[in-house]
Amino acid sequence: MNFHEDLNNEARKLVTRRWFFKQCGVGLGSIGLASLLNQSMFGASARGKVIDPLSPKPPHFAPKAKRIIYLFQAGAPSQLDMFDYKPALEKYDGQPVPAEVVKGQNYAFIRPDAELFASKFKFAQHGQNGAWLSDALPHLAEVVDDITLVKSMTTDAFNHAPAQIFMSTGSTLFGRPSMGSWVTYGLGNESENLPGFVVLSSGGGLSGGSSLYGCGFLPTVYQGVTFRRSGDPILSLSNPAGITREMQRKSLDTLKNLNEHHLEVTGDPEIATRINSFEMAYRMQMSAPELVDLTKESKETLDMYGAVPGKASFANNCLLARRMIERGVRFVQLFHEAWDHHTDVTGGVKKQCGLTDKASAALIKDLKQRGLLEDTLVIWGGEFGRTPMVETNAEAGRSMGRDHHPQAFTMWFAGGGTKPGLVLGETDELGFHITKDRVHVHDLHATILHQLGFDHTKLTYRFQGRDFRLTDVHGEIVHKILA
Amino acid sequence: MRRRGFMSLKMLPLLLATSLFLFCHRGDGVDIDVSKLPPPATRKINFVADIQPIFEKSCYTCHGEKMQRGDLRLDIKQLAFQGGTHGAVFTAGKSADSRLIHLVAGLDPDLVMPQKGDRLTSEQVSILRAWIDQGAVWPDGVDKAKFVDPKDHWAFKAPVRPALPKVKNKKWGRNPMDAFVLARLEKEKLSPSNEADKVTLIRRLSLDLVGLPPTIEEVDQFLADKSADAYDKLVERLLSSPHYGERWGRHWLDAARYADTNGYEKDLPRTIWPYRDWVIDAINKDLPFDEFTIQQIAGDLLPNATTQTRVATGFLRNSMLNEEGGIDPEQFRVEGIIDRIDAIGKSFLGLTVACAQCHNHKYDPVSHKEYYQFFAFLNNDDEPELEVPSAAQLKEREKIQKTISKIEDELLAQHADIPEKMQAWEERMREINYEWEVLEPESYFGAVGTKFIKQSDHSLLALGSSPPYSGYTFVAKTKATNITGVRVEAIADPNLPNGGPGRAPNGNFVLSEISLEITPLDDRSRTNQITFTNATADFSQPGFPVSTAIDGTTTNKLGWAGEDLPGRRNRNRTAVFETEENFGFHAGTLLTFDLKQVYGGELTLGRFRLSILTEKRSLQADPLSQTQRDILAKTPSKRSKAEQRELFTVYRLTEGKRFAEANKKIDEEQKKWPVGPRTLVLAKTEFPRETHIFRRGDFKSLGEQVSPGTPAILHPLPKTENPNRLDFAKWLADKKNPMLARVTMNRVWQSYFGEGLVTTPEDFGTRAEKASHPELLDWLATEFMDRNWSLKEMHRLIVTSATYRQSSKITPKLYELDQYNTLLARGPRFRVEAEIIRDIGLKTSGLLDPTIGGASVYPTLPDGALALAWGNPKWGTSEGGDRYRRAMYTFWKRTAPYPSMTIFDAPTADFSCVRRNRSNTPLQALTTLNDAVFHEISQAMALRVYKEGGADDRSRAIFAFRLCTGRVPDGFELKEILALLDDQKSYFEDRTDKAIAVALSDTTKFPEDVNLHRVAAWTMVTRVLLNMDVTITKE
Repeated sequence: MNFHEDLNNEARKLVTRRWFFKQCGVGLGSIGLASLLNQSMFGASARGKVIDPLSPKPPHFAPKAKRIIYLFQAGAPSQLDMFDYKPALEKYDGQPVPAEVVKGQNYAFIRPDAELFASKFKFAQHGQNGAWLSDALPHLAEVVDDITLVKSMTTDAFNHAPAQIFMSTGSTLFGRPSMGSWVTYGLGNESENLPGFVVLSSGGGLSGGSSLYGCGFLPTVYQGVTFRRSGDPILSLSNPAGITREMQRKSLDTLKNLNEHHLEVTGDPEIATRINSFEMAYRMQMSAPELVDLTKESKETLDMYGAVPGKASFANNCLLARRMIERGVRFVQLFHEAWDHHTDVTGGVKKQCGLTDKASAALIKDLKQRGLLEDTLVIWGGEFGRTPMVETNAEAGRSMGRDHHPQAFTMWFAGGGTKPGLVLGETDELGFHITKDRVHVHDLHATILHQLGFDHTKLTYRFQGRDFRLTDVHGEIVHKILA
Repeated sequence: MRRRGFMSLKMLPLLLATSLFLFCHRGDGVDIDVSKLPPPATRKINFVADIQPIFEKSCYTCHGEKMQRGDLRLDIKQLAFQGGTHGAVFTAGKSADSRLIHLVAGLDPDLVMPQKGDRLTSEQVSILRAWIDQGAVWPDGVDKAKFVDPKDHWAFKAPVRPALPKVKNKKWGRNPMDAFVLARLEKEKLSPSNEADKVTLIRRLSLDLVGLPPTIEEVDQFLADKSADAYDKLVERLLSSPHYGERWGRHWLDAARYADTNGYEKDLPRTIWPYRDWVIDAINKDLPFDEFTIQQIAGDLLPNATTQTRVATGFLRNSMLNEEGGIDPEQFRVEGIIDRIDAIGKSFLGLTVACAQCHNHKYDPVSHKEYYQFFAFLNNDDEPELEVPSAAQLKEREKIQKTISKIEDELLAQHADIPEKMQAWEERMREINYEWEVLEPESYFGAVGTKFIKQSDHSLLALGSSPPYSGYTFVAKTKATNITGVRVEAIADPNLPNGGPGRAPNGNFVLSEISLEITPLDDRSRTNQITFTNATADFSQPGFPVSTAIDGTTTNKLGWAGEDLPGRRNRNRTAVFETEENFGFHAGTLLTFDLKQVYGGELTLGRFRLSILTEKRSLQADPLSQTQRDILAKTPSKRSKAEQRELFTVYRLTEGKRFAEANKKIDEEQKKWPVGPRTLVLAKTEFPRETHIFRRGDFKSLGEQVSPGTPAILHPLPKTENPNRLDFAKWLADKKNPMLARVTMNRVWQSYFGEGLVTTPEDFGTRAEKASHPELLDWLATEFMDRNWSLKEMHRLIVTSATYRQSSKITPKLYELDQYNTLLARGPRFRVEAEIIRDIGLKTSGLLDPTIGGASVYPTLPDGALALAWGNPKWGTSEGGDRYRRAMYTFWKRTAPYPSMTIFDAPTADFSCVRRNRSNTPLQALTTLNDAVFHEISQAMALRVYKEGGADDRSRAIFAFRLCTGRVPDGFELKEILALLDDQKSYFEDRTDKAIAVALSDTTKFPEDVNLHRVAAWTMVTRVLLNMDVTITKE
């Protein structure tokens, strides 16, 4: 079933009937059109109140999660220094990895006979379930009973760009819609003056580039809208120098009059859509700056996250994510590209945890205290893991690092119907291969869609004669992590 | 489509057992105990009553319409009998031998069908057995799904020229095309719309044919021309404009996925704009579309190949290239070919073949094997850069060559002893032609990310990410003793930057230090360090003499480098290092070379080979190339004049002292050698590859070897031995190809009318929607071929039709009946493409620099637009006219494409795109209202309107409106414009600061003789006019 098919067509018909009725009945009065416009949704369109490419749509069944905050840790954090405690590595530290373990595996940089490398972090058990965490994550330790740890994640790609694209779109090929686009396509947008799918970033530029939040073959309205770190939160949000909001209003009034007049002459409803886009843009000019103004938050809240108004950071982005979902944004994707620790993984993890641990934990606490965690799914993780072997290369100035490791890595989830306090999955004693409860990226996608109320095999879009889906032809829901 | 990766987990038995990804590819070597089968039922079995329900309940989920695991489909008779990957799954009369029965009965505990859900009861197995034993009777017409044999699909049959349909209205049509449209309208009881007014027509035509709005003068001229052929003259003027090639070239560049960067993580810049210019030029010249096709696929292999036909192969090189650290270059070479197949499929064949990369699909016309036969055509190429000097540069070069010859002539004239001296030199040259033993690399590695490809000549080609500096460890064995020297050959290679031999962007390298350790093969505990005493090279870059590669230090930043003057670069370089003592153990020697290259800037060896020499002393590197050696081998009397001169050139360089003055003069000339831009092209490789099927699309899992071939569903490839890329290109462009003309005409139609006659231009396959006007499509396709594949003629035909000239006004009734204008009862009306929005603004405001072609430019980019791109890239905004070039020349960075264009649906160019979205969003509104470029356009237009628009505000308002729309505003529109103007005039009256801020982007450049208060007010007005729907819409 392709249940969104033809919505567009249907919407155009409805609006047109309505529009022509108005025209024929009372002439195209500004009243008629204005009433239409007030119903508008982001992106769009005077195509109608009920059916619109972005109007809110029910999923296939009652959802456990109504929105998502995805904290994408790009570059791939070292699960062995944060989550996956391996005492055996201490025992074998400095010894070559057994050949039978690594046979046939691809590595980006290291040689396959590299030495095993024990974590320099101290691990301890936390929470009621006694989950192991390293001392790089003191804040996460406080909320460990609220999260679900999955130590048995695995992926197909072992270079950053393809793996990030795989994690974001379910394919290593370019041109597929990102998860946020699929969700927006499926659920529409309930905000009247903010986009439904927002992208925030801290750290470096993304290996996978704009494909990570692109809409692929889906219509452009489903693309992620990037909020910027400084200046206008959205590109071209501010008026050009010297133009006040009042002048903008006056200009838009004239523009609207001219466009409406032309609509009357040509009869093309696309003009009505355009008028509405301008009105929506105008509203966004108000709502987006208000949204990103963190000075409205209490000192207590700012301190909890470690956020500083006006100073772009992962912490600020976590707080912004909360403000966004409060205002109806469906899918907030934070990218923090900073974890590619080919050298000094200890120092690197320490530094990045210093920048992210407090805010990640604060987000969970904050959502919980506001009653939002229940139906908000928080996702934390990178595109793959890192090797139990050391990466050392004097000529490249690399030492005590870890290479890419797609075979096993850790992610965590909170809220949105996941089972709090659960630790799923195990790896072998070296942390190399998964030995229990393997969760593939496709399975993760199936599970996320499931929590949002979608049968992942039925959220499809027909392109090039084929029904595409986020999970391609794969994906098993990971029922074990669901409450 | 799982493409790679997981099967490598196989070696862990534990995992294999629990793996969710077990594939059911099993040999038939599994022991099957047939005696355990339940006996066949004894009653008469009815397929519909007894068998189909079992299939439906237990099999169709995986072997039905949605999925065909193991390529098996049990819901359609024809396909069920064909079986799956392993052939037939049942044989009538032989249930005990039927695989289907073995699997459902669970004879092999590791593989039981169905894999999910309840197992079949033994009664059901008995029934199935009985059905098979009773002859597997499957009545016709009871299938659960309809199967269309791809062979019967319309698109795979060559178009046949249809007869013109009969129409009632004999007056309306202007050319045969219209008959097809009208016949359909009459069938639907509709009539066409009136012809659009002349202003609308000239604007529509201009936007369609050249992508720019008409000037007011052009509109007036057309309005004033009352002659019968006024319209035709206009069409001719536009078709012969050089901007026509830009407009239609841009469409093709979508299909060609043209971009200025490599894509993926690093997304580094590439130079391939000469390909873009080739496209513009080819379209302006109206290169027949079959040749257009052939040159882009195999322009390098044509018997009369030229630089330009080679540039055309950039079509294939537009694939992305991953330079991320730690990649396997072979993986991304393969991905590049997969992308090329995708692009060829979409743009020339209208076929989406990507699925066949991993598996067969029952209703796909291209099989898994055929996909790799396709692949085989594209698998034997190098990926070089080609220098494309301009005509002026070529002329200049000729001049330089003449001057150099003249200096050499003079030298020969001055020194009568040269022939005699050269004889001695030649003798010496013969002496130093040593017999080197080329070392076979035993093991080798370089710095992070470097991946070596071992070539059959024992050289190593460094691919993968290119580190700034590297040490290469190279280990080899030899039985030789009395070794006296080592030779390092740095070899130029088409796959290296600028042709190598180094990996730096200019193809250079610096060998900082070479060292060698030796170990006897029978005693690995001993190692000796070899001392080099004498180093020579065929060429050393000034300042980087080869002797510094054995000076014992790398800290001085010196070493042997190979960059010569322009015109003499990117050639093989050879260095020879003589040892202090003879060496070589009797039991054989392990040689461990360390080639240190620490200069930085990627100045590392790209392709190199090491050799050793025994016995000889006083070694000298050979300054002669192989060609020159061949000349030397001839007796002087047999040499041509040019050959003799070539040897002399080498000779005079080796006699550096004697001919110092002349050599210097020649070098001064050589320094003037103009270097052209380089562009990415394809060229046949020296090292052919075998092509295998990739099992499940995994390039590491090789299946059957395949030879080049074309899909059986299409016209046959003419029989030739070893068909190559050129044969393939000719096959594509063959008039027998049922796809090419149709697909091309459909895309052209789409550009004019908003949607193609087939709405999926990328897919004419069995699952594509039928054409709205099938006969019209075939008529256009045959006409196109009959007119010798001339696109210009087809454009002329379409735009002079009555169909095209209709008004685009929509009545409620028409909208109700045909909202997407499929029936064409009205003219097209839709928003123009991203690029044209910018171009309209630039043209209207007078800012446009209409220069055609050249390197891509960097117009103003919003701050922070590159923030999410990897590696903090810089933009470097262009100066002068380059800031105001047409949008298609904007530098296209794949991972962070120019925002105002992607916001208006320009494709990213990551892959071939033959159909753009056409969205309508608030981000677009924000862009045209507030983006710095668009505001600058408003300001420039305001200034222009204020100065050129007439004496009063009313005439200025009309002028401004006409600039945007071509037409004169009506009373309402004029009133609105003037009302806003008056309001803004009074606002700015006493607000000079505000006026300056609004009217000027660059406050250092005050325009003369204008009232800036007024210009500010006009800026507010032009901003509104430029944002009108009608301004950015083709009506």
